[in-house]
Amino acid sequence: MQFRVFRYDPDKDDKPYMKDYEVELEPTDQMLLDALVRIKEQDDSLSLRRSCREGVCGSDAMNINGKNGLACTTKLSELKQPVELKPLPGLPVIRDLIVDMTQFFKQYHSIKPYLVNNDPPPEKERLQSPEEREELNGLYECILCACCSTSCPSFWWNPDKFVGPAGLLHAYRFLADTRDQAAAERLDNLEDPYRLFRCHSIMNCVDVCPKGLNPTEAIGKIKTMMVKRAV
Amino acid sequence: MANVGRNTPVRKFDAIVVGAGGAGLRAALQLSEAGVKCAVLSKVFPTRSHTVAAQGGVGASLGNMGEDNWNWHMYDTVKGSDWLGDQDAIEFMVRAAPEVVIELEHFGMPFDRNEDGTIYQRPFGGHSMNFGEKPVQRSCCAADRTGHAMLHALYQRNVRANTQFFVEWMALDLIRDPSGQVLGVTALEMETGEVMVFHARATLFATGGAGRIYSSTTNAFINTGDGLGMAARAGIPLEDMEFWQFHPTGVAGAGVLITEGVRGEGGYLLNKNGERFMERYAPNLKDLASRDVVSRAMATEIKEGRGAGKEGDCVLLKLDHLGAEVIDKRLPGIREIAKKFANVDPVKDPIPVVPTVHYQMGGIPTNYHGEVVVPKNGNANSVVPGFYAAGECGCASVHGANRLGTNSLTDLLVFGKASGNSIIRYLKENPGLKDLPKDAGDRSLSRLARLESQTNGESYAEVAKDMRRTMQKHCGVFRFPDTLADGVKKIREISDRVTRTEIKDKSKVFNTARIEALELDNLIEVARATMVSADARTESRGAHDRSDHHGRDDVNWLKHTLWYKEGDRLDYKPVNLKPLTAESIEPKVRTY
Repeated sequence: MQFRVFRYDPDKDDKPYMKDYEVELEPTDQMLLDALVRIKEQDDSLSLRRSCREGVCGSDAMNINGKNGLACTTKLSELKQPVELKPLPGLPVIRDLIVDMTQFFKQYHSIKPYLVNNDPPPEKERLQSPEEREELNGLYECILCACCSTSCPSFWWNPDKFVGPAGLLHAYRFLADTRDQAAAERLDNLEDPYRLFRCHSIMNCVDVCPKGLNPTEAIGKIKTMMVKRAV
Repeated sequence: MANVGRNTPVRKFDAIVVGAGGAGLRAALQLSEAGVKCAVLSKVFPTRSHTVAAQGGVGASLGNMGEDNWNWHMYDTVKGSDWLGDQDAIEFMVRAAPEVVIELEHFGMPFDRNEDGTIYQRPFGGHSMNFGEKPVQRSCCAADRTGHAMLHALYQRNVRANTQFFVEWMALDLIRDPSGQVLGVTALEMETGEVMVFHARATLFATGGAGRIYSSTTNAFINTGDGLGMAARAGIPLEDMEFWQFHPTGVAGAGVLITEGVRGEGGYLLNKNGERFMERYAPNLKDLASRDVVSRAMATEIKEGRGAGKEGDCVLLKLDHLGAEVIDKRLPGIREIAKKFANVDPVKDPIPVVPTVHYQMGGIPTNYHGEVVVPKNGNANSVVPGFYAAGECGCASVHGANRLGTNSLTDLLVFGKASGNSIIRYLKENPGLKDLPKDAGDRSLSRLARLESQTNGESYAEVAKDMRRTMQKHCGVFRFPDTLADGVKKIREISDRVTRTEIKDKSKVFNTARIEALELDNLIEVARATMVSADARTESRGAHDRSDHHGRDDVNWLKHTLWYKEGDRLDYKPVNLKPLTAESIEPKVRTY
């Protein structure tokens, strides 16, 4: 099977280039990550992040034939050859398929991604009905792979000012949690021409999310909360 | 080339936590909230640690679904361990379990809920009511993504507590002074290739397991036993390394985990004849017997020609009878995994599964405070000052010869927190930071220098592959005297080859070839410890099953193995059968 892979090592390369690989696959090699492991056996200098190989740790996000996705859950049989692999767009490249995610995590941290409840903790669990808990479905499953934010033109243009779909999904995860008491502060934190309102519902995020989540919908719900409190 | 100069930079902290999975994050939280100046080192961004892959739940006798109490949880854990677990540590864990789970809920963990708003709990293997009578619902879960929900909640709480992380730093070696006291670690910044010494009064290893010593494992690529390798090189023994858990339900071929929660929710295993064979092996708990028991039953079915699939090399996990609604509500991740990795939709078809390496019961020996203990001057459990271990890399020992499902998450919460508390106490009592020994960075620097200059060596990937194949073939579900002895010989040969591995990539920047070669240095110590310990233990107990010694031998083998790297030496220490307050649970025949 044929691959064209983005290569760049600042230690020795003046500029990035695409390198071709031909790999012999075994029947057990089903996913793109399996093929990348084979390529690395040929050429140990190819650098990428990977860990769980089952789509839950979020390490091996990359641009696959022009679309962001996880190497470990992308089936080889569904890929057109030569498979073109590039680092996630919009973030600085450290080396090969590894990007610097500092800006992405900075935005995630900026929404105060933790439950705020200043009441003294009760002896037992804080109660939540199954229906209230269900509100968190489609939100808490985010694996912070950055496929969404790095496919979002608004994030490409303003990664320092626009929170991006991943961060906003998490912002809504806490707004939607009946145990959280910081809704007003959370909305204040997003009341800004850029942080929330740079989302123009392009929906690339929905299209690429490997977990099937819908950040655009979550963003819409935050906007509704903003409107509601304004009236 | 990495920085291998004499002037390795040094940073000083009160405490260092190596690893940012569940145990590391729980400990770090305890330390940060107490105002301890603490550094957390992780090879990966914290939410990418392997705790993220835990599925089925965390065990705690909350009693939300009906009667339950810690005495029953304790009995199940001791029985599950095939009496190799230390009963003081087990009592400590099961009693602390409800509290740490409730804390986690307060931190924001999105547990599933009952109609009355309490945390939902599901049945799980080996967990029973009234000392083995019938299954109990003890596993607190967030659908089948409990580890993910837990790891993120713990990371988020650490963000709130301003914990200082060193992300994508790989710890290389443990620093001990001539008295044996631990004074920190050397570590490599992956992005730059720079080496730094982290100098501290207390060092906690929370580096997880080493399932990657096998070719077929549910474990992530990063599970390379780094803490165990570092400890072994620094002269610390590894405990009970012959005990590896084969999870009954790894996806055939891919090895990806399918939670026991599937069986907890009512799924069951079938052989090729459509027979629910667990009824024969465990008439009472059936598919919810302990994992070692279920894995052996599956392997027996396959061996005796009743395996399913084209090659007859797997069995089938049936859950379609639960209905799409229950599956989508309680097991949505499983449906996703089965579709992707087994090409079946479990709403219609059963999932082909095989026993797959999943969990390391052994590890760095500790007491129930998370303090590392080694034999010294006649004391089998002498504390190594400044050194702690928690989670899968530690061995308290609560899991003994076989861990119960859900007890790994319980373990990392309870002992992560306990080791954090022990460190806080230790720091108060020991204010002065001792000087680093002169050779503090030498071991790491010479390992790196060796890799830099190695020529005509073997590819690290080839050597690693041979190690995995050898472990898979010689130390599986069923173990045979000749293959064990042969395995020891082979793994020693591979161990020699590891000292001559070569990397072609010499870049400073994010050199993952170098990282993998350094990881192999750790894996091989774990592999050798496993083979040597398994070869020596002439009985069958828990996950260690020998064809030439059926059954448990409490007269000769009711003891923990201690393996030392130096000369592959083995030592043993007694099992603690005395709980903290409860009555001792005396060894008896183990049936489910």
